[in-house]
Amino acid sequence: MATIIFYILAMTALAATGMCITRRNPVHAVIYLVNSLFAVALIFYLLGAPLVAAWEVIIYAGAVMVLFLFIIMMLELAPTEQPQGAGWRRWAPVLLFSLIILGCTVALMAVDPDAAEGVPTYYASPRIFGYTLFQEYALAVQIVSFQLLYAAVGAYYVGRTPRRRQEAG
Amino acid sequence: MIDWVTLLLIVIKLVVILAVVLSMAAYLVLAERKILARMQLRHGPNRVGPFGLMQPLADVIKLLTKEDVVPAGADRWIFLLAPALAALTALLAFAVVPFSPPVTILGREIPMVVIDLNVGVLYFLGLSSLAVYGVALGGWASNSKYSLLGGIRGLAQLISYELSMGLALVPVVLQARSFSLTDIVMAQQGLPFLVTNPIAFFIFVVSVAAEARRVPFDIPEAENEIVAGFHTEYSGMRFGLFFVGEYINMVILGAVTTVFFLGGWHGPILPPFVWFAIKVLAVAFFFIWMRGTLPRLRYDQLMHFGWKFLIPLALINVLVTGAVLLWLGN
Repeated sequence: MATIIFYILAMTALAATGMCITRRNPVHAVIYLVNSLFAVALIFYLLGAPLVAAWEVIIYAGAVMVLFLFIIMMLELAPTEQPQGAGWRRWAPVLLFSLIILGCTVALMAVDPDAAEGVPTYYASPRIFGYTLFQEYALAVQIVSFQLLYAAVGAYYVGRTPRRRQEAG
Repeated sequence: MIDWVTLLLIVIKLVVILAVVLSMAAYLVLAERKILARMQLRHGPNRVGPFGLMQPLADVIKLLTKEDVVPAGADRWIFLLAPALAALTALLAFAVVPFSPPVTILGREIPMVVIDLNVGVLYFLGLSSLAVYGVALGGWASNSKYSLLGGIRGLAQLISYELSMGLALVPVVLQARSFSLTDIVMAQQGLPFLVTNPIAFFIFVVSVAAEARRVPFDIPEAENEIVAGFHTEYSGMRFGLFFVGEYINMVILGAVTTVFFLGGWHGPILPPFVWFAIKVLAVAFFFIWMRGTLPRLRYDQLMHFGWKFLIPLALINVLVTGAVLLWLGN
C-alpha cells in the first residue's frame, strides 16, 4: 500500500516540478512548485517523519513560496519570452545533468548492492527528532543559525536607503 | 486489512463537522449583522422568518441565482478555483481539533477528533499559512488593480502575523510538552493557559484577528481605499465562498483559541461539548464586538505593530516561559 502511494506521490512531484520549470507564466510556475512541495512533504510523512513533513509545508509552501508570489505580484512580472538560439542549447544542459545523476545512481548500486534496498523505515517522533537535532547536532544547528544571522545583517545593510548609506560612509 | 468500522466513524465525523461548521458560519453572518446593528442602535435583518432567522438561507438563494461573471483578461482557472481554496484550507484545519473527551459507545472508545496527529499544532500552522493562497491568487487572477493591491496586502499581512502566531504557540507547546491538540487540552485540566500565560494569549488573539482579516486588520479589503480588495471582481456564489470562508475561519480560529488557551472542553457542571461550543462562540462574539468598536489600522501601522512590537514581545515571552519552566522543573 505504502509503495503504491509512494510511486503516486513521486510521479506527482516529478510531473509538477517539470511543469514548474517549463511554464512561461511565473505565477503558474509557483503553483506547480507548491504542488511538488506538497507531494514531497507527504513522502516524508510516509517515511515516518511527520515533523519534517509539517515543516516542509509551513516553511517551503507556506513561507518561501508565499514570498516568491509576493515578489512576482509586486513587480508584476510578465510571462517570459522564448529565448533565442538553437534548440539544443536549451536542452543540452538538462540532458547532461540528467545523465550525470543517472550515472551516479547506477554506479552506486553497482558498487554496493545493499544500497538498492535503501534505509530501513524508522519512525521519528517530534521528541526524538528534537533531541537528535539539538543535542547530538547542536553545533551544526548553531553554525547554520549564525549563517542565517549573517545573511539577515547583510540584507539589512544592502537594503538601507542610499542616503543613509552615504552618511555611514 | 482496512478497519471498516474506523473508516465509517471517520466519515460520520467528517459529515457532522462539515454540517455543524457550515451552519455555524452561516449563522455567524446573521449574528454579526444583528450584533453590529444593536451596537449602532439599529435593528438589523428582521424580515425573513421570525427575528430574521431565515436570512442566511435567503442570502444563499440570492447568491446562487446571480450571474457568475469572469472578467475579460482574467486567468480563468485560477480565478475559478481561488474561492474554493480559501474555504477549503479553513475547513481542513478542523481535522485536528478535539471538541470533547473520548466517548464510549457499545464498548468501543471513540475519540472526538477526526485525527489526533502528534504534530497537530504544526498541521494547524501549515494550513493557516496556506490560507493566503486563496486571497493572493484570487486577487492576482482577477486582472484588476484593486484586486491585485488587495492580494499583495493580504500576502504581506499574513507573512508578518504568521510569525507572531507561531511564536505565541511555542509557550503553549512548552507547557503542555506535546504538539498534539488533545494533550494540550489535557494539560489544562487544572488551569487554562490563559491564566498561566496571558501574554501569549494576547499575542495569539491579535495575530489570529490579523490572519482572519477581521477589523481592525481588514486592510486587504479596505472598502474606502481599494473597493473590496481581492474579491472586487467576484460575483454570485464565488463571492459567497470567500465570504463564508472568512466566517468558517472565524469558527476554526475560535476553536483553536479555545483549545490552546481557554482549556478546551474542561468546565464545571455542563457537559464537555457544551463548554466547548460556549467558548468558541464567546471568542466569535469577541471578534464581532471588536469590529463594532475599533477603527481600521493604517497599512504602515499594521506592519510596525507586527514586526516591532508583537514579534519581539513573543520572543521574550518564549524565553521567559522557558526559563520559568526550567526553574520549576529543578
